[in-house]
Amino acid sequence: MNTRQQSKLIYSWYGKPFSSDRKLRTSQYKGILVTSESSKTEICIQLGDFILVEGVNADQPYVAQLLDLYEDGAQHKHAVVQWFCRLEEIPQNKRKLLKREISAQEVFFDQVLGYDTDIAAETIIGSIMVLPLHLGDELPIITLNKERTFYVKQSWDGKCFKVLSPDTFSKLKEASRKRGVITNSSKASIPSDILTPVKKETKSVVRSATKPKNFDMEIESKHSASKSSLAKERHSQRVANNDIKTPTARKKLELNSPTRSKGRLLECEVLGLLDDDSDAIAPLEPSATKRKVKFASENLSSPPKIPCSNDKSKSTSETAEHSWRFSDTIQLTPYTKVRDFSEKDKNLHEKDNSLSLVGYQKPSSLSPVLTPRARRTCAQKTSTLIAEQISLLKSHGKLAAEEDFLSDSDSSYSSSSEEEEDDDVPCTPEKKTKSRRIFSTPKSSRKSAVHTPAKTLRKTPLQGTPRTPRNATPEIPRRIQAAQEPASVLEEARLRLHVSAIPESLPCREEEFQDIYNFVESKLIDGTGGCMYISGVPGTGKTATVHEVIRCLQQAAENDELPPFEFVEINGMKLTDPHQAYVQILEFLTGQKVTATHAAVLLAKLFSTPGPKRKTTVLIVDELDLLWTRKQNVMYNLFDWPTQKHSKLIILAIANTMDLPERIMMNRVASRLGLTRMSFQPYSYKQLQQIISSRLKGVKAFEEDAVQLVSRKVAALSGDARRCLDICRRATEICEFARQKRTPEIVRMAHVTEAIDEMFSSPYVNAIRNASLHEQIFLKAILAEFRRAGVEEATVQQIYHHHVALCRMEGLQSPTVSEITAICSRLGACRLLLVESSTKYLQVRVRLNLSQDDVMYALREE
Amino acid sequence: QHRHLLELLKRTTVHGESNSALVIGPRGSGKTALLNRVLKDLREMTQVRENLLELFMKIPFLSGLLQTNDKVALKEITRQLQLENVVEDKVFGSFAENLAFLLEALRKGDRTSSCPILFVLDEFDLFVHHKNQTLLYNLFDISQSAQTPVTVIGLTCRQDILELLEKRVKSRFSHRQIYLMNSFDFKQYIKIFKKQLSLPDEFPDQSFAQKWNNNVQHLSEDKAVQDVLQNLFHHTKDLRSLHLLLMLAGSAVTVHHPLLTAADLQEASRQHRADSRANIVHGLSVLEICLIIAMKHLNEVYDGEPFNFQMVYNEFQKFIQRKAHSMYNFEKPVVMKAFEHLLQLELVKPLERPSVRAQREYLLMKLLLDSSQIMDALQVYPNCPTDVKQWAASSLSWL
Repeated sequence: MNTRQQSKLIYSWYGKPFSSDRKLRTSQYKGILVTSESSKTEICIQLGDFILVEGVNADQPYVAQLLDLYEDGAQHKHAVVQWFCRLEEIPQNKRKLLKREISAQEVFFDQVLGYDTDIAAETIIGSIMVLPLHLGDELPIITLNKERTFYVKQSWDGKCFKVLSPDTFSKLKEASRKRGVITNSSKASIPSDILTPVKKETKSVVRSATKPKNFDMEIESKHSASKSSLAKERHSQRVANNDIKTPTARKKLELNSPTRSKGRLLECEVLGLLDDDSDAIAPLEPSATKRKVKFASENLSSPPKIPCSNDKSKSTSETAEHSWRFSDTIQLTPYTKVRDFSEKDKNLHEKDNSLSLVGYQKPSSLSPVLTPRARRTCAQKTSTLIAEQISLLKSHGKLAAEEDFLSDSDSSYSSSSEEEEDDDVPCTPEKKTKSRRIFSTPKSSRKSAVHTPAKTLRKTPLQGTPRTPRNATPEIPRRIQAAQEPASVLEEARLRLHVSAIPESLPCREEEFQDIYNFVESKLIDGTGGCMYISGVPGTGKTATVHEVIRCLQQAAENDELPPFEFVEINGMKLTDPHQAYVQILEFLTGQKVTATHAAVLLAKLFSTPGPKRKTTVLIVDELDLLWTRKQNVMYNLFDWPTQKHSKLIILAIANTMDLPERIMMNRVASRLGLTRMSFQPYSYKQLQQIISSRLKGVKAFEEDAVQLVSRKVAALSGDARRCLDICRRATEICEFARQKRTPEIVRMAHVTEAIDEMFSSPYVNAIRNASLHEQIFLKAILAEFRRAGVEEATVQQIYHHHVALCRMEGLQSPTVSEITAICSRLGACRLLLVESSTKYLQVRVRLNLSQDDVMYALREE
Repeated sequence: QHRHLLELLKRTTVHGESNSALVIGPRGSGKTALLNRVLKDLREMTQVRENLLELFMKIPFLSGLLQTNDKVALKEITRQLQLENVVEDKVFGSFAENLAFLLEALRKGDRTSSCPILFVLDEFDLFVHHKNQTLLYNLFDISQSAQTPVTVIGLTCRQDILELLEKRVKSRFSHRQIYLMNSFDFKQYIKIFKKQLSLPDEFPDQSFAQKWNNNVQHLSEDKAVQDVLQNLFHHTKDLRSLHLLLMLAGSAVTVHHPLLTAADLQEASRQHRADSRANIVHGLSVLEICLIIAMKHLNEVYDGEPFNFQMVYNEFQKFIQRKAHSMYNFEKPVVMKAFEHLLQLELVKPLERPSVRAQREYLLMKLLLDSSQIMDALQVYPNCPTDVKQWAASSLSWL
């Protein structure tokens, strides 16, 4: 697993703050530079880019679109994002709403409320691209750069999936398209660093595309939609061009980078080709844009690729146009030229904005300026880190990603201007400075992973290698014949009395239920963490109550009365080692399997850093006392996390002993546990009676008195509801046996008494009565010896003498010593006697395991 | 008991009900036999019932003596259940993984669809000593919750088994205890004896079987045989000891001596009852016998307090000087040698481990024989000098 420690990233602002708010002491930026120390690469991410944000699970970073960047008064870098959620982030039970197969590359436009869109800038990992698609479309087969491309088809608001609204769709597309342009331009900037002129050229060329595209956009609206099929064809052609030609060309260029002129020539050729294409497509472009706007009403089967193709073709055509111009400047001053570009870009985009008539779109207009840097760093990274092939993959992926970006920004524009269904876009112009709020679109539920870019890159080729075979699905074979349904009243009753039968409600625990519910609910609403310690003797319904609370809360969360939360349960008894608790929690939360120590590190990080998309976690720790270790670090950590500011962790600890915190916990652990405690009193007989009758509601199987007898008996002994139910169940069995002779329909007192006797009778007396004669004599001899010596312990030798004497009295043949020792060990095995380990032969010490009175009583009766 | 257990298992298999029970009884009371019988009956029954059980009753059989800790037990369970992570009878993965895996597997099932599993825990008391009783807790927990139907049956001979369970484990156990006792009286014992000894009808040689069975019938009515059996019955009701006795007697049967006689049984009984330590004494030399007698006297004088070699030697010297006429006065090293031989035979046991510093002569010892044993042994000791016998019999050693 790659943690951040392995490759440190340095985050710095790109450019100067373009606006700042005195009151809030925030200043906004156009982009952010991510520098990786280990790989010596630099990525520049601009507003509007699609980014990966590190999440809970190292394998699955969050997908998001960068909307705003700012620095607050305390010098903390923040970013405002629009979340996308992966399939894995959607709860299992909701997935079936989709009714279709989802590829791993598909994400959903996230409209869930309540996710924090304001994240720390340090959690940004890298940039990716997201392509909007229509619902019916197949995913385009992209062989290159699979890791970094995602597709959006639908939106997800926590309850149901919706087709992307036309605005969002168009916005997304615009963002991605812009992105495409930007990528190119950014690639152009690469040369400024590495000085591979050829690349420079391409980039610069591509970059120029921005302008035309803006034009296109304006034009598009005027045109009517038509000839979608043609466009598709074109698109595929173009894609082919793009995919095959450009990469190869670039590759060539890279190879002979020293020969500048040649490379440039080649590039020109490519561009020329592309140009042709784009010309041909030109008429189709307008239709595409139109489609974007009207797309909801249109047939879904119409391929969403068209817009893409248009974009791309546009950009390529533009690149062609501008290639010459820019190449010159590049040659002269590579670095300044980049500047030029960015500025130019800015201008272009501002124009763009004004055209689209959105007041505060500055950030988005800025984003293009920033992206070049990001591109450059990316390209740098790829060139340095990875083999040529991978770099190709990368660059191509970026191309696509940028397109995505364009469309994305598009969508954001439209949504803001129209203020439609995007309920979270209160785009009031006054709030410009706090633009992060504007785009507080909901996040998805899932956590994803912390991926340091360097590692991701390295990892990509390895993805195919099989991991440890952990995919075995544990399952017990099915039974062939269905289980029989209960036939008689008694069987029905027995079924209901089984402990496993889940009652609809938990009688007699309403108060405790309410307390726990209120506790967890308040914490959930506040979004804070907390601990609660629940104690009580076994069988008082602790676990059942807590589970019931969780069930109710989950229901409430589903009905949107509460923020959604995650529920994890660990049981101290089901762990082989206290430290395994970490592993289990982590597996519940993220699905990763790691070692205990590593899991502890990951969890500590998870709970101590502000997770943007994380839901509150409710953790039930059953049988807490078994998590005790000498250093108590497991318990310490568990109870320390909720006290962290960002943990959002609620712990419900369950154990048997009331004074566990005082008894076995160290002070620092106990103090963290806090004072929220609750103890479950053993059930009184009335409560037990109520429990039984509530379970037996509607089934007339028990006499009223019988139930009362059971509950009184159990309440007097332990108050254990399990025991109570077991006795009742046993009573029904006894009743059933009896019924075969006569026909009593219900369980009567006699049956219950028999069951109770069976369960509570002491086995010893019976065992003694059934022992053989010499065994009984031996016990008598023991008693005699005890009486003689006045000590409750004797050696076999001493007892032997008594035994022989007793045998003489009874006129029996006295046993040999071997026989005596055999008798002794037999009684010892039954634990009627406590016997030392028998290396001492006759000197073995013997004690009674039950009181002398019991023995006397048992022996006298005979 | 049989009916109870049968009902229990039937419900598990037919209704998918989870249960737990303990079969408690002294050794040799037929706990395992009972269980096997029940399972056999169950299989026969289910053949009537469309083979529901035959195929799908899984019986992981665990013995506390073999599965010495939870880790091994867990592996054994997964192996016997033939879950997916089992490759050629080997279970991979760590203990924690296995536990999680198994629990997950059992959790997935529910009452109506999964096939019931029967866990038989032999020597249940040994499972109790596993760390935290994790395995038991989990098994019982499954049996108390709506997961795969399981029935946990423990076999043990300890009466106090419930007190060994941790309270939360105890709470999850259903407290169904089936006690097995050897509650038969002597008449039944004779019947068992006859049944055990009789040849079955399928025996090839019909006429011999007839003869043999008649003989057995006679034997069971013979007074001597009844005495022997009565004696054994008084000592133990364990049927295994009866088997042992009959085996000893049965091994005397040869071609020339085709039928068992009462004498055979008596002889077997004698062997069966023989005191092993007393037999050892028979093989000792006269010197060693003398030493033992000396020790016996010391025990009587000092009332069982430990002694050392020097005391024994002094005692022996007194005897030699005053009484012995036939005995040769041995050198001290020779006596020492004899003493060490006794030590090796464990007729004498040192109280503490011999250390380098303590001299061997002064190590404190204890005699592991009772005086009655010594006297018995002396009675049958061949060629024992009379004065030695007298010395042993006299209560005051040197008079």
